[in-house]
Amino acid sequence: MTHIENLLRARGEAPARETAIIVENVSRRDLLKGVIAAGSLTLGATLLPKRGLAAWATGAGAMPHGVVSDPHVFVSIAPDGTVTIIAHRSEMGTGSRTSLPMVVADEMSADWRRCRVVQAPGDEMKYGNQDTDGSRSLRHFVQPMRQCGAAARLMLEMAAAQKLGVDVSEVEAVNHEVIHRKSGRRFGFGELAAAAAALPTPPPEQIRLKDPHAFRYIGTGSVQIVDLFDITTGKAVYGADARLPGMKYAVIARPPVLGAKVKSFDPSAALKVPGVEKVVEVQGWDWPAKFQPVGGVAVIARNTGAAVKGREALKVTWTDSPHAVYDSDKYREMLLENARKPGKVVRNDGDVEAAFKQAAKVVSAEFYVPQFAHASMEPPAATAWVHDGMCEVWAPVQSPGGTHDDLCKTLNLPYDKVKVNVTLLGGAFGRKSKCDFVLEAALLSKALGVPVRVQWTREDDIQHDFFHAVAVERIEAGLDASGRVIAWRHRNAAPSLFSTFVPDPKYQQPLEYSMGQVDVPFAIDNIRCEVCEAPAHARIGWFRSVRNVPNAFAVQSFVAELAHETGRDPKEMLLELIGPPRIVDPRKTTVDLWNYGDPFETYPIDTGRLRRVVELVAEKAGWGRQLPPGHGMGIAVHRSFLSYIATVVEVAVDDKGNLSVPRVDTAVDCGFYVNPERIVSQMEGAAIMGLTIAKYSEITYKNGAVQQSNFNDYPVVRIDEAPRITNVYIVPNGWDVPSSGVGEPGVPPFIPALCNAIFAATGKRIRRLPIGNQLAI
Amino acid sequence: MITLSVNGQDVSYDGDPTLSLLWFLRDELGYTGTKFGCGEALCGACTVHLNGEAVRSCAVQMGDAAGKKVVTIEGLDPHGDHPVQRAWRALNVPQCGFCQAGQIMQAAALLHATPNPTTEQIHQAMSGNICRCGCYQRIEEAVRLAATGV
Repeated sequence: MTHIENLLRARGEAPARETAIIVENVSRRDLLKGVIAAGSLTLGATLLPKRGLAAWATGAGAMPHGVVSDPHVFVSIAPDGTVTIIAHRSEMGTGSRTSLPMVVADEMSADWRRCRVVQAPGDEMKYGNQDTDGSRSLRHFVQPMRQCGAAARLMLEMAAAQKLGVDVSEVEAVNHEVIHRKSGRRFGFGELAAAAAALPTPPPEQIRLKDPHAFRYIGTGSVQIVDLFDITTGKAVYGADARLPGMKYAVIARPPVLGAKVKSFDPSAALKVPGVEKVVEVQGWDWPAKFQPVGGVAVIARNTGAAVKGREALKVTWTDSPHAVYDSDKYREMLLENARKPGKVVRNDGDVEAAFKQAAKVVSAEFYVPQFAHASMEPPAATAWVHDGMCEVWAPVQSPGGTHDDLCKTLNLPYDKVKVNVTLLGGAFGRKSKCDFVLEAALLSKALGVPVRVQWTREDDIQHDFFHAVAVERIEAGLDASGRVIAWRHRNAAPSLFSTFVPDPKYQQPLEYSMGQVDVPFAIDNIRCEVCEAPAHARIGWFRSVRNVPNAFAVQSFVAELAHETGRDPKEMLLELIGPPRIVDPRKTTVDLWNYGDPFETYPIDTGRLRRVVELVAEKAGWGRQLPPGHGMGIAVHRSFLSYIATVVEVAVDDKGNLSVPRVDTAVDCGFYVNPERIVSQMEGAAIMGLTIAKYSEITYKNGAVQQSNFNDYPVVRIDEAPRITNVYIVPNGWDVPSSGVGEPGVPPFIPALCNAIFAATGKRIRRLPIGNQLAI
Repeated sequence: MITLSVNGQDVSYDGDPTLSLLWFLRDELGYTGTKFGCGEALCGACTVHLNGEAVRSCAVQMGDAAGKKVVTIEGLDPHGDHPVQRAWRALNVPQCGFCQAGQIMQAAALLHATPNPTTEQIHQAMSGNICRCGCYQRIEEAVRLAATGV
């Protein structure tokens, strides 16, 4: 079938318009190693100095395998002028697969219509860090990709100068050509490719970045995502779309309780299901096991539907597990109890105890955010073929390099015998940072000697996720007689995601409490933050925005509560707490403040920027305007992933307690930006994901097992309940303001802004998520 | 032996008649544009046209598809230029893109039956299709744009 051939087509046969991630025919892999095989630029993979041309320092160099910005790694030019640019970050919907290659193209003066994008396999030795999470892609790679494009431009200009026998200063790259103004001679990029390829990579001091005013694509929002046509025509390749000859389809029965193992299984009924061919056990690892599979029993069939039916007929008995005690109701009570007692102090400014004693009034509140699951539209799926001492996989992974390394370890194979082909990710939100599903496919392929696709069902996805941790946040504030906050104590109790990696630390760690708890930017002299005990009974992972979700919900809701207590406008209260424009530096009073892995000097906590987004969004939303009966507005602001985002939500609650959201306004300050159109789409999506979390998201346990299974009992917001409009305002910034995250930081302020709006509309204060039926009358 | 038409071609199937159309399309025929999202007709990612109507292919058994005409996203328009597809591109609807084939098939069926839908009709028709990235605002605009012509 032609569309199957399409999927298996070789790289070089793709048309100039980029059409999809290329899934190679495995038998041809040796012919296809690297883009360079197309035959043009062939240069060594020299690492440019990490800070060669950096306008600002980032933590990118400290990530595993650091940064590579050599054009010989990322750019090739065919004789017809087609420029191929490697995308080394995974595409899960944020647009970075388009935006970073576009940065390269803009810097090298290429015509974007003559560029194609090819996805890199997992190979951090070659491409540098590929771990696509933490809202890092643009933040860490806009500078290296500018460097890369500028170096490629210089090489093309040098090649043209050589041909003409003139100094390189006499020529200039413009729109896919190099022009010699004096003579009027012009060379297309294709004509220059071979000569440019013979040149060494210029040293950083020779490379000149463009003046940002000369950008043709960066900052304009005029470039559409490269996969747009393929997505709208069904040709885009996701995790379950790679097809190999002789491939078998597998689904796996996994232990319902974390830590349980297969005791015995009876495959006979499963094997009678038409299409089922085999039933085999899948190895599981003891917890904590990072991203290794939990184990179970796999049903192998001629198609996925038969495998699912076979699993329904399969009989498995599981061993007992100590985590069978996990019961969400009891666990919540325990967290509340623990948060009412002093915990470990992780930030201590001034003298909180004394300030509370002096306070004229003490206000306190407890907030609860349940455990929840990612539920990306694409459930985990991967295809693997292990044969002849090699392993090749096709998978939607956020960390292709990490997946590569875990495959090497799990299968005991050397680096160069493993290849991770990265498909598009059908949503990820942190789930697909964890490659357990890929390892399952590889283990099964190895055991069966054929290519295997492992498909997770929605039930598997919801019940065996690496979950967002449940949390209790307790905040107390001491106010003086004038209503000014003089003491602030924020305690939380939430299981740590580090329990996935190491024996359970039972307390939030710096990376976690630095996401919205200890970095609270308020002008209060006496601040104490504490973390309280919370043992983990589930696989905890990171979910979009991570700890910022519960912390921002608690802190920003509490600010509105304080405004109410003191009879003030919530926006004025918020600005008073933020205080005057300044740099807030909690490092001296905090145990190991984590700044998203980036230098504090580059990305300080700047209350001027916080204030600006608050004021901008309030103005645009018409804060304080007259609203119809039943409507209310709420405001919240939060700095996360080094960006500053403020949101105003307008809600309407009818006389039956039905909630709707007529309007959302969001102001974003994310530093220097590349593709404002994708920033807008991220903010629109963040509002909808925030609404889902607020209204519905909750995973509960009974006897250690998840009680939810699919979208019927784990609902998500649908089109008829989505915000009617989300307006996004981006603070314009020049190259002097470092780029910061966009994928995650839109979610945290939305939820408290929504709940504050509900309070304004109804007088009901939401302190426990999800909202569920709390508004029902 | 079950025979049916998929994207204008006659195809046959000799396996379990209770297999859902989704897996026949994806795994047996290789039409991978139709996506698996839930398996319970809750999310709409697997939406195809069955005799011209939008259905969840995960909830249609092969026995019930016998003799019928199936159109998937690959067969919606020979050049990928159905008005709905054009509108989706004009408004940059997709983020991750995974649900969009189902969304587009649902929207195309809606507009075929109701060329100028009201907002309520759009919501009603499209509310069975989940987008976890949250492209709903643009989906609604794109349906309207496709109705009025791109």
